[in-house]
Amino acid sequence: MSLEINRGEFLAIMGTSGSGKSTMMNIIGCLDRPTAGHYYFEGHDVGRMSDDQQALLRSREFGFIFQQFNLLPRMSAIEQVELPLVYQSKGGRRKRAKEALAMVGLGNRMTHKPTMLSGGQQQRVAIARALVVNPRVILADEPTGALDTRTSEEVMEILEGLVRERGITVILVTHEQDVANYADRIIRMRDGKIVEDAVHRHGEHHARAVTA
Amino acid sequence: MSPFDALRVAARAILANGLRSVLTTLGMVIGVGSVIVLIAVGQGAQKGVQDQIRGLGQDLLFIKPAQTSGAAPGQGGAAGPAGGGQTLTKADADALAAANLPGVAGVAAQQTQDNIQLISGATNQAVTIVATTPAYPTVRSMAVSDGRFINDDEVTRKSLSIVLGASLAQTLFPEGSAVGQSLRMTFFGRVNLTFTVVGVMAPKGGSGGGTADDYAYIPLPTLQARLGGPRNTTGDVFVNQVNVQMAPGADQAAVKAAITDTLMQRRTTVTTPNFSLQTQDDLLGAAGDVSRTLSILLGSIAGISLVVGGIGVMNIMLVSVTERTREIGIRRAVGARGKDIILQFVTEALALCVGGGLLGIAIGVGIAVGLDGREVGSQTMATVIQPWSIGVAFAVAAGIGALSGSYPAYRASRLDPITALRNE
Repeated sequence: MSLEINRGEFLAIMGTSGSGKSTMMNIIGCLDRPTAGHYYFEGHDVGRMSDDQQALLRSREFGFIFQQFNLLPRMSAIEQVELPLVYQSKGGRRKRAKEALAMVGLGNRMTHKPTMLSGGQQQRVAIARALVVNPRVILADEPTGALDTRTSEEVMEILEGLVRERGITVILVTHEQDVANYADRIIRMRDGKIVEDAVHRHGEHHARAVTA
Repeated sequence: MSPFDALRVAARAILANGLRSVLTTLGMVIGVGSVIVLIAVGQGAQKGVQDQIRGLGQDLLFIKPAQTSGAAPGQGGAAGPAGGGQTLTKADADALAAANLPGVAGVAAQQTQDNIQLISGATNQAVTIVATTPAYPTVRSMAVSDGRFINDDEVTRKSLSIVLGASLAQTLFPEGSAVGQSLRMTFFGRVNLTFTVVGVMAPKGGSGGGTADDYAYIPLPTLQARLGGPRNTTGDVFVNQVNVQMAPGADQAAVKAAITDTLMQRRTTVTTPNFSLQTQDDLLGAAGDVSRTLSILLGSIAGISLVVGGIGVMNIMLVSVTERTREIGIRRAVGARGKDIILQFVTEALALCVGGGLLGIAIGVGIAVGLDGREVGSQTMATVIQPWSIGVAFAVAAGIGALSGSYPAYRASRLDPITALRNE
């Protein structure tokens, strides 16, 4: 199978569990390597990079958002957001983390620890953490899976804003059609193959031929 | 990740598991502390022995009886006590003194006898008697503070004169001068003699029981004549030590050779010396060997507890890695490289060990200082804190920290980020 994702795209990957969507996501995010074939990011063959090179690429270009938020217990919101910058050994961490938190509307929750935040707030901290490195791509694995409908909408609006206002590529894995509908392009997977690749804009739904 | 960040992360993790960290660190505290204390005790014992040997006097040489395979019955007499042997006589000492050997400044023979009872009024004291000749105080660099030492006349007459060590005089005659007083002497109830005190020695000091200050001195022949001391068939009295005062700066090897020659000329029945010569340096060397062995032994025992403490740290670090699999996954996902994870866990183990090490140093030094000069049983403890023991113990603690942290850290760094993230 072949898949090309353009800069600034808002892409949703759908499929039942076991369809390979998470594996696809992990390969895109440099968390996993393809067992066969190639994955090029900005023209570089990621599969051939060393672990450290992958980690560097991951920390500079990608932001991750998970279903379970994956925040570190005992750390305040601002520290969570600073964490990626710690591994880049960059200065101005506190300032950048504050900006990122303000962007997701949590400027007044900076010292709160995960246990003192609601699910939606925790996920917004996670988004700020993904954003703080100025990534080109944000990978969101079931970002609303643990949230109620109203908070889900809040989170999706933030993600949509990142695409529209900051030109970030957002790749979303979900099995909820409502959530996928925020995206411009929806890919459906089954048994490790792409079965549908559709452009979806403003309620329209244009199926495209898929070469699988 | 900068080392400073690593330290912050480590501090947070250590504080988050307060009790566990304290218990883990305790192993290192005890290990480092005991290394410092035990080495200080070993060195203190060594210094005590050295001080005692130096306190014997300056430039001393001791001649002691030694059994040889060629010892003839006539010369050796009845079999002596183990390690002793009756092969040295007062005549040997007189001959040495008469020979005027170069480098020899004075000669004093002595026979020591334990378990002598001295009774003064209601006070009954078991003492060690040194039966000797008038040259003794000069040879042994001792001074008389009151009265005088035994004189030649008393030696000739085998008189019942006695000189007391400073603290012995204090014990037997707490009030007033001891000189001129009389006291009774018994030896396992066999004799009952009345001695007259002719002098009291100046305090010489020294640690532990049985110092020169507790001895009593009588004329050498008196021991043989009145207390049944050992003598040979010709009536010459045996001695268990001849003290030789060497001239300052004398060639000790040459003096030893000259003494051996002089004594061997007097011996017809043996071809090899049936006596041994020991200088203070020989004694210091032998004592040094013993206490070095003691120090190594004590240090090793403490070292074992350090290693055990290190195993404790490694154990906890392994548990910690397992518990924090998810944390490791999150850190990997936000850009931590394998070496960042290694740095984090090694720093944590190091912080535990270094923290424990510092605490151990404080406690160890505190105990060593507290023990110094304290009475333990009949002995006065002496401790000498060795700066190198602090350095070594600390370095070993840090080394163990690095070592016991690196394997768990390596395991943590090898965790697959995706698997680690899925870990609940």
